[in-house]
Amino acid sequence: MPTSYTEMYFPVLVQAILAMALAAGLLTVSRLLGKRVRNRVKDLPYESGIVPTGDARQRFSVKFYLVAMLFIVFDIEAIFLYPWAVVYRDLRMVGFVEMLVFVILILSGFFYIWKKGALDWAAGAVDRKENRAP
Amino acid sequence: MPISFPTTLDLGRFLPEILLTVFGTLFMVLDAVLQKRSKNLFGHLTLLALAAALGASLYAGSEPGPAFGGMLVVDGFATFFRVLVLGVGMLIVLSSYRFLARENAETGEYHALLLFSLAGQCLMASANDLIMVFIGLEISSIASYVLAGYLRDDKRANEAALKYFLLGSFATAFFLYGVAILYGSTGTVKLDQIHAVLTGPNAPFPVFVTLAAALMLVGLGFKVSAAPFQVWAPDVYQGAPTPVAAFLSAAPKAAAFAVFLRIFTTALEPIGTAWEPLAWGSALASMTIGNFAALLQSNIKRMLAYSSIAHAGYVLVALTARSDTGTSAAMFYLAAYALMNLGAFAVVTHLSGKGERYLTLDDFAGLAQKQPFTAAMLTIFLLSLIGVPLTGGFFGKFYIFKAALDSHLVWLAVLGLLNSAVAAYYYLRVLVMMYMHDPSQAVQEAEPLSHGLQLALVLPALGTLFLGIFPNWVLEFAGHSAALMK
Repeated sequence: MPTSYTEMYFPVLVQAILAMALAAGLLTVSRLLGKRVRNRVKDLPYESGIVPTGDARQRFSVKFYLVAMLFIVFDIEAIFLYPWAVVYRDLRMVGFVEMLVFVILILSGFFYIWKKGALDWAAGAVDRKENRAP
Repeated sequence: MPISFPTTLDLGRFLPEILLTVFGTLFMVLDAVLQKRSKNLFGHLTLLALAAALGASLYAGSEPGPAFGGMLVVDGFATFFRVLVLGVGMLIVLSSYRFLARENAETGEYHALLLFSLAGQCLMASANDLIMVFIGLEISSIASYVLAGYLRDDKRANEAALKYFLLGSFATAFFLYGVAILYGSTGTVKLDQIHAVLTGPNAPFPVFVTLAAALMLVGLGFKVSAAPFQVWAPDVYQGAPTPVAAFLSAAPKAAAFAVFLRIFTTALEPIGTAWEPLAWGSALASMTIGNFAALLQSNIKRMLAYSSIAHAGYVLVALTARSDTGTSAAMFYLAAYALMNLGAFAVVTHLSGKGERYLTLDDFAGLAQKQPFTAAMLTIFLLSLIGVPLTGGFFGKFYIFKAALDSHLVWLAVLGLLNSAVAAYYYLRVLVMMYMHDPSQAVQEAEPLSHGLQLALVLPALGTLFLGIFPNWVLEFAGHSAALMK
């Protein structure tokens, strides 16, 4: 039986050294034995890939950012429903009530961003804010 | 493990957090639905919500005990900090009415965020489990980041929010890393069980536990703006809307100190000798950097930010004492500090004018001639911040340095006292400005105090004097709950 921390984690150390040695070894061997040919054709995208045009650093609308952020938030929250659905039977009423609270919270958040116009792709969001009574 | 419904007792002990969350969510929905509303509606509703949560805290505190299988514990300590942060919330709401109207800001989201932040802080106060601490910390912080940038057309507010968010998430990661290591070496996240493991026969390798304590110290040190993790504070307090800066300097700080005290004096007490030097160094650095940097400030919000760093240093002195006296001194000091600091910030809110134009020390010139009442209130707060007798600040400092001496931290006490002598200079400079100069532009333009601001000045002033004249009442409660926490 391993007794101290050092002994317990010794296999991990061996594993790490082996992994690094293997990676370094394979790279060295392929560098020593392999042929190296560099030309324009080899630098092109592989097979049916699209030949790049222009720069990747374009400007695009900040609305994408907002929608992407809202998507991530609601996506992650909705993901919680899946494991719940799987163990629904075991959780019984408790699981149902807890999930109900959770879904109500999500829906009120959804209702809020909807009403606030965060999902309006057109300029409606701005108009609504200006029209509101002060 | 079968899952069962939380008992009524669990829910009763968790009621303040439930109320704050329900009201916060309700505000968001109301804000989206209501087209026409009176501009003070949300302020009034928030006061109602906070009063309800305060009642719930007292109710939960009347029947102390653990909740949710020991993940939360409602003891005197938790009740003290819950009441403290909810009181801070009320004062912030009172001083925000005029501010929000002046800056033409939306009121619904502001108050909803305030409630969410307070819910996180109440959770931090009662958490007895590192995961709960972390969740509370995050709920409180994320709402605070948004509040710091609430005036989103203001460039300084944007800068403040971004800095606060980036550095804050970084610090939270440190805290979480500490939690992970502590869990890895003790096998539990419950504070009482960690204490049991550390004192038991199978105590883990001390290096890991010390490392965990150091990492948690970094994370929490950031949240309480203790040196050397204080650099964000002046920029954030300066850029954030003034009521929000006041809030940040009081409520999240008090809650973070609650967590600090609970973790380090219960769970990590067995390795106290290992973390004591770290806390000692941080306390001294905070006091020194805070006070000396405050001497050089011409912006009042930056000055108060550095003073808040220095005050965090004083509370850390109490933590370093590692005794019940130290814990109760820290609790007393945080209450006194919250009151006097909120009062001082309320005067800044009042005087700064639309768009927060007037924030230099010179703008306070001649305040006593035009508005003697406001000047008198600010005098009380500044004297308390200096630590003059008959104010809460005096007894706060007195108990802290007494606790330090009881624990034989003579050098720290001496250096702390020298520091508070230095601090007197920059507070007195404001007093001299108010009483001995001709009125400035800001003072000429200042409107009379609104009812909300009057309350936001009178209540903390009364509180400060009460703590200064009858300190025993609060101190005995603090001492009692500090002793029971173990």
